[in-house]
Amino acid sequence: MKLTVQDLNSHYGPAHILFDIGFEVGDGEVVALLGRNGAGKSTTFRSIVGLVAQRTGRITFEGKDVSAKPTHEIVREGLGYVPEERRIFTDLTVEENLEVGRQPKRPNAPHWNREKLFTLFPNLGEMKNRPGGRMSGGEQQMLTIARTLMGNPSLVLLDEPSEGLSPKIVEQMVDAILTMKKEGVSIVVSEQNLHFARLISDRAYIIERGRICFGGTMAELDARPDIRDAHLSL
Amino acid sequence: MAFYVVQFLTGLASAASLFLVASGLSIIFGVTRIVNFAHGAFYMIGAYIAFTLTERFSGAFGFWGGVVAAALAVALIGVLVEMVLLRRIYHAPELFQLLGTFGLTLMVEDLVVLIWGPDDLVGRRAPGFKGAVDFFGQNIPSYDLFLIVLGPVVLGILWLLFQRTRWGVLVRAATQDRDMVAALGVNQKWLFTSVFAVGVFLAALGGALQIPRDAVHHAMDLRIIVEVFVVVVIGGLGSIVGAFVAAVLVSELNAFGILIFPKISIILVFLVMAVVLIVRPWGLFGKPEAAARKTPGLTVNPWRPLTSNERLASLAALVIAAMLPLFAGNYALTVGSEIAIFVIFAVSLHFLMSVGGLASFGHAAYFGLGAYGVAFLAKMAGLPMIVCLLLGPLLGCMGAAVFGFFAVQLSGVYFAMLTLAFAQIVWSIAFQWVSVTGGDNGILGVWPASWAASPSHFYWLALGVAALVTIALRIAVFSPFGYALRATRDSVLRSEAVGINAKRIQWTAFVIAGTTAGIGGALFAYLKGSVFPDNLGISLSVDALVMVLLGGVETVSGGVVGAIVYKALNIWLVSQTDLSKLVLGGFIVLIVVVFPKGIVGMLEILAQRRRKSSPPGSSLLAKPIESAE
Repeated sequence: MKLTVQDLNSHYGPAHILFDIGFEVGDGEVVALLGRNGAGKSTTFRSIVGLVAQRTGRITFEGKDVSAKPTHEIVREGLGYVPEERRIFTDLTVEENLEVGRQPKRPNAPHWNREKLFTLFPNLGEMKNRPGGRMSGGEQQMLTIARTLMGNPSLVLLDEPSEGLSPKIVEQMVDAILTMKKEGVSIVVSEQNLHFARLISDRAYIIERGRICFGGTMAELDARPDIRDAHLSL
Repeated sequence: MAFYVVQFLTGLASAASLFLVASGLSIIFGVTRIVNFAHGAFYMIGAYIAFTLTERFSGAFGFWGGVVAAALAVALIGVLVEMVLLRRIYHAPELFQLLGTFGLTLMVEDLVVLIWGPDDLVGRRAPGFKGAVDFFGQNIPSYDLFLIVLGPVVLGILWLLFQRTRWGVLVRAATQDRDMVAALGVNQKWLFTSVFAVGVFLAALGGALQIPRDAVHHAMDLRIIVEVFVVVVIGGLGSIVGAFVAAVLVSELNAFGILIFPKISIILVFLVMAVVLIVRPWGLFGKPEAAARKTPGLTVNPWRPLTSNERLASLAALVIAAMLPLFAGNYALTVGSEIAIFVIFAVSLHFLMSVGGLASFGHAAYFGLGAYGVAFLAKMAGLPMIVCLLLGPLLGCMGAAVFGFFAVQLSGVYFAMLTLAFAQIVWSIAFQWVSVTGGDNGILGVWPASWAASPSHFYWLALGVAALVTIALRIAVFSPFGYALRATRDSVLRSEAVGINAKRIQWTAFVIAGTTAGIGGALFAYLKGSVFPDNLGISLSVDALVMVLLGGVETVSGGVVGAIVYKALNIWLVSQTDLSKLVLGGFIVLIVVVFPKGIVGMLEILAQRRRKSSPPGSSLLAKPIESAE
């Protein structure tokens, strides 16, 4: 297994947010984490990379227990994280944003550099020196992903990549994610949009009120319309 | 004409050091969000060490080598401070780091006297720049010309460092979003440490380069830190270019102000700063700051009124305090009165800071205005004490109404700096308007009426007022007005969305706090029998901040405890040791590290632990810095 999450519990102050979350991701797999707004998708990702201070549970990445490590060490193990709010550095240019994400090559993960990323996201190549604050939402979303790929991750947590994007950009996003998969990057993608998830994912988990309530292949999910209707707004 | 050119060049030369120190402060604040009060102390140590090194080693190499070595040595001290002290408190409530670095400053002020003695030290002239250049009959020291060139050169080097190196890119990224930088695999710890080292190096270099121009003395830290705050705020926090332009502007204002407006030369700089902040709240070259992302659940203990048991305990404490005259002498009663007055002062600022989320750096202005109000009424109008006590604070109220109106248009550090500017303006008026205020000599002979003249009676008066004020402010916290004020503190946008007029609520809070401080000041005038400009000076404002933070800013009435502990300790230490600042500073630093939530905040946590045995899942707490928001 590439990534195993067991009994993950998270708190914000006195509020208990995640309850015994558990799921796994195989090598080269794309797994969707589906759920409504506020179900706990982003908190799950933030907990995995250590951005939520109060968390318990066991997170194993490539056989190593990373649950007690600080954020930057987890990321340096090759576990990339793309946040949902497109937290690009608005004062920095596209190239500088990529520079922040740059990490050394990793033997077990595909290697990315500027040129390769500009092929993956041609829009970015045309605005290398533009400050991040003067880009469209879709371009910013691409830059967030490219920036994380500069760290040569073997697995990427993608938090709602399709949120608020136009259909045309979503299409490009699908292509990009499939290319990443083909290169050998494992991906966990959180989504509210089942159609988008179906285009890219091998398997799916459904999260509701901080608990995992379904796990299976996309075909298995399609066979259970009751679950789909109960936990996902369509 | 030549005279003005020379004056202009002198201003430019002064700007060099100011720019070095200010850019260091700006860089540190940008990344770590720490308002480094100790920056002036690092500047001062830089000057002292450079003095020693340049005296010890002769020749050009001795001088220039000494200056650079001094800056490097101080940068090393800075690294130690960052690793030992600041790393522990990045996660503490905002401004708590200010308290820690303030404690450090106090320690340094005593330490330099201990090591280098109390006298001014006059350093060597710089080899190669000892003479002066003749300019149409006017002399310009050639060292000034060197400094004039140095400023832009340093600006250029810093610009290259931030634009052309990976370190610079990471620092700029961290200035905007520290968590995201960590989430991209960058070790924030070392980034913070290196940023702090660079900032401190610049401050120390600024100090070391001053020795051929000015004598080195143990109060140079406070003088520069105020000016540097002004420069950074005018230029825009985090902007190096802004720091440079503002340093030039401030230095020129100082150079020409004394010629053109001798009467208001001191306040000229602060007037300009106030105008800049009102017109461009984020400074000339700064960017409007995005609303700070607040960690959910930061205030874990919701506020509640005291339980009946706690009320009884408070009442018992008050009764015991009221019994002090039964066994204490006159000196102890005078000290007691002073502490009670400072409780009033502290709770007034505490109300503004903890309930309103508005940290004023110039709260002494309203305390002092209250004191002057009493002095005017008593000395000029000859009104009886009870009338003066009732009307005197109105001067504080009016001052708060005028300044508060402008101040609440801003928030965060900019609010703090604007209040500081207003306080300095008031101080300068008191200092320079000699015909009315007596200037430096103050107003003497403000004595209490016979019914309050005995130390025990005055003590009961001060204690009674302190208790009433504290209770009144507590009632306000749990009134609809208090709820509205807390709503604006937690989110201005959301509170406005539910129909709260945020600015007006904050303005009201400011006036309440200012008036309350004025009440304290009115009593203080009668306690001391005199009023001086110091009663509205910066050091008193800082005292108030320290008392509030010491008590705990996330608590309802922490100011009371903070004032008692700080003031009592202060008075006791001054009577016990010559090194009171060293001990007090050490104590503050210790408190900051051991009780990062203040004394009362700590007590609350202890009480809560006792109530429920196991707090919810905290066994896997990440190290604070990694999740610092």
